[in-house]
Order: sequence, then C-alpha cells, then structure tokens
Amino acid sequence: MIRVEIPYHLRKLSGAGTEILLDIAAPITLRAVLDALEARYPMLRGTIRDHVTLERRPFLRFFACGQDLSHDSPDAPLPEPVASGTEPLLIIGAIAGG
Amino acid sequence: MSRVRVLAGTKKGAFILEADGKRENWEVSGPHFAGWEIYHMKGSPVDPNRIYASQTSSWFGQVIQRSDDGGKTWATPGGEGVPAPGAMPPPPSNKFTYDASPETGKALTTHQWYDGTQHPWEFKRVWHLEPSLTDREAVFAGVEDAALFKSADGGQSWQELSGLRGHGTGPHWQPGAGGMCLHTVILDPSNPDRIYIAISAAGAFRTDDGGQTWKPINKGLYSKYIPDPSAEVGHCVHHVAMHPNRPGVLFMQKHWHVMRSDDAGDNWTKVSGNLPTDFGFVIDVHAHEPETVYVVPIKSDSEHYPLDGKLRVYRSRTGGNEWEELANGLPEKDCYVNVLRDAMAIDNLDDCGVYFGTTGGQVYVSPDGGDTWSAIVHDLPAVLSVEVQTLK
Repeated sequence: MIRVEIPYHLRKLSGAGTEILLDIAAPITLRAVLDALEARYPMLRGTIRDHVTLERRPFLRFFACGQDLSHDSPDAPLPEPVASGTEPLLIIGAIAGG
Repeated sequence: MSRVRVLAGTKKGAFILEADGKRENWEVSGPHFAGWEIYHMKGSPVDPNRIYASQTSSWFGQVIQRSDDGGKTWATPGGEGVPAPGAMPPPPSNKFTYDASPETGKALTTHQWYDGTQHPWEFKRVWHLEPSLTDREAVFAGVEDAALFKSADGGQSWQELSGLRGHGTGPHWQPGAGGMCLHTVILDPSNPDRIYIAISAAGAFRTDDGGQTWKPINKGLYSKYIPDPSAEVGHCVHHVAMHPNRPGVLFMQKHWHVMRSDDAGDNWTKVSGNLPTDFGFVIDVHAHEPETVYVVPIKSDSEHYPLDGKLRVYRSRTGGNEWEELANGLPEKDCYVNVLRDAMAIDNLDDCGVYFGTTGGQVYVSPDGGDTWSAIVHDLPAVLSVEVQTLK
C-alpha cells in the first residue's frame, strides 16, 4: 500500500483521514499516485494539480524520504521506501499567507 | 412568520445568520469551509434551500460547494461520496476550462496585463454565483480571469459562454487591483435571454440572446485612468444593481462615480449628486421602491475606508443625485474598514431590510430601509460577500 499525507484543508474537503492508503500497481510514480488519489476522492481534482495541464499547483510541494520531489518528472519512479509503503508521500502546502 | 437567512462569505469561511422577520435576534452558524476564502454564496430563487458557494484558495484552487438543506450540510456537486472502486467518477465541479473549440476559438484572445502587454487568460477563481430565476439546476458563474460560465446540472459541470470574450474587445480588458474579475451577473426577470454582467476593468456588457452574443454598454462612462476616458471598454465598474420590476433601469457604482441608465445600459448618466465622495464598491436598490438606492461612500481609490473614520450608508429616494446620510447605529469614529462590491444585500420583507458586511468582520442590518442600523456580528473574518434570502 502507498501511504499519502495531504494538507489539513484537503483532508477536510475530502473527508480523508490523516494518512491515505492507496493500492497501486507498479510502476509507482507521482502521476500514478495522484491519479489514484483523485479517482478515490474526486473532490480533490484540481486542488493539487491543474485540471488541464496537470501541473502541480504553485503553493504545493511533494516531499518523501527527506527529499523534495516537486520538480521531478511525474513519471519518474518514486523512492523505494514510498513504493514499498515504508515511507509516506507528503503533499505539503506552503507555509505562507494571512 | 417570514424569516431571513443572510449568507456571509468571508476570507476564512462562510457564515449563515438567521432571524425572524423582526431581524433582532440572530442565530449564527459557521464557519463553514473553515480557513478557505468564500467569495460568494447565493440561494436559488426556485428552491431557497439550494445554496451555491464559491470556495477558493491560493493553495488549492477553486471548489464549488452546494447545499440542499439551507446551508446545514454541504457537498461538492456530484461528489457527495467517495465513489465505489471502479465506479466512474463524477464530473469535476471545479473545472472551469475556457472554450477553445474551433468554432469559437477567436474567444481565446489575450487580455491587457498591468504593464500594457498582452497576457493569456488564466482561470483563478469564481467571484460570483447567480442561480437561475426559473431552473433549480441552472447557475451562472462569473470568474477571474473574466469570463461567464453556466452549469445546467446543479454545478456539476461548467461551460463557458464564450461569446462574451469572443466579441472582440478582450485584448483591451485589463485587471484591476483585485484581478480581472467578472463580479456582477444580473438576470432580467422579464426576458430570459437578457443578462447583464460587469468586469473590472472592462466595463458592463449585455446579451439579448441568452449569452451567445454580447455588446459593451459603457456609453456615458468617463474614466480618467485610461488613455481614452470615454472608451468603449476599459472602465473599472465595481458593481451594478437592478430592481426586478424595472429591469431596464440600472444603477452602477464605478471606481469613481455613481451612474444610472434608463435604457438597459445603452446610455449612462452620472448621479453622484451631493455624495461626499463617489468612490465606492457596493450599490443596491430597495425591494419595494425602485427609485431608492443605497451606496457606501469610500474615501478614495488610494484610501479604501470611510471618510473621517465614520461609516455611513447613503440613500437616494430619487434614483440618484439627491443623497441622504444614514448614520443611526453606525460607527461615529475610528472606523477604517472597507465594504467590498458584493457585500450588500436587500431582503423582500414589507419593511425592507438592508445588509452589508465589512472587511473588519461586521455584518450590519437595517430592518427599516436604512433608518437604523445594528451589527448582527462584530468579529467575523473580513467579509467578502453578503446575500440575503427572504423565507416564507
């Protein structure tokens, strides 16, 4: 199972818990995780990546295993600990704003 | 006994304020969608328990919310539950895609950027939701960057009425300080094919064929901040109001100047008269007196607060030009809030109620047409919009 953590406001919007478990077939990529996440929680479509371009929204980042994956290709394999479920993929909102 | 339900959108959530017809004792619920900006909420005239809300965030983009029980519970249209494994997901209710079809591709022009260069249209948020007067499932959305969308399925999916951007003047539209927003949508109750909209900073537009074709209706507007002050487009219209019994008469609060049209927007006349300043954002019309108009004068475009720290509503009973100050119950000093363009509303009770919200978090009510005022709430987040429903 892939473990995903999303920001508080998206947890409230989706009704998802603190950690979401997704069953995804290999290869485990960022695109595959986001596709599965949005299929399970359709209300999240457009809130993490743009509807049309599928680009990451500017104030969000993707972290895992102590690395910033935000600028990696969405089709690159995620780190093995994420693929094996040892570590979560963290979707983080920028700490900013009033 | 009749009741009223006030829908207040704020910078950090939505609040619903309810009272009976006396409008003295209020029940407050919220925040709904805590932490999100709620640009606008509005109920369906066909089914008052159907309320649409624009929930938006610089982080997470646009979300459309809908309630079918008067605001007690909410869901994204079509996304009420998590779909069963393998089930087809519902259409995304927050997908606002500008029309790029070959037939109307000319709509995909660029618009003017702050520095005068051309800039592509980019969807940012929904500023205003206007439910149909006759169809519970139909609702219009005015968005930034400026365009008009319509949903025919209760907000589940949206299609642009691209004739507005496609009529030719789009490259001359430009964003105001708040962005290039389509903030006003007025449906003519006597003519289902006639819609008025307004954009900052482009001006007002009208369709007479249900949204297929549009014309600018800005003749008579004068704006010193654009190269040609009397240009066909480019005016920073802040809000427009209409009385439903006289749909050809419009009142406008422009950046500067309060304006009036008696011919469905074809020609405008300045009716600022004796206002102490004619800068402002809101404007609205009394429910039973089509010549009674309300504005909240703001000091200037550089200082967005009331003159001398005194919050005042001004009322004209003559359709403009002659204005009286309404101060009873409003702050007499040290008040430096703003009243944003969609933050005034009027109820339909016999003693017409007037409401407005401030960036200081107050929502004021006058149950007697403006003679006396009191704060329903004092300490909400900055109020972005106020609507009221009169419930039988």
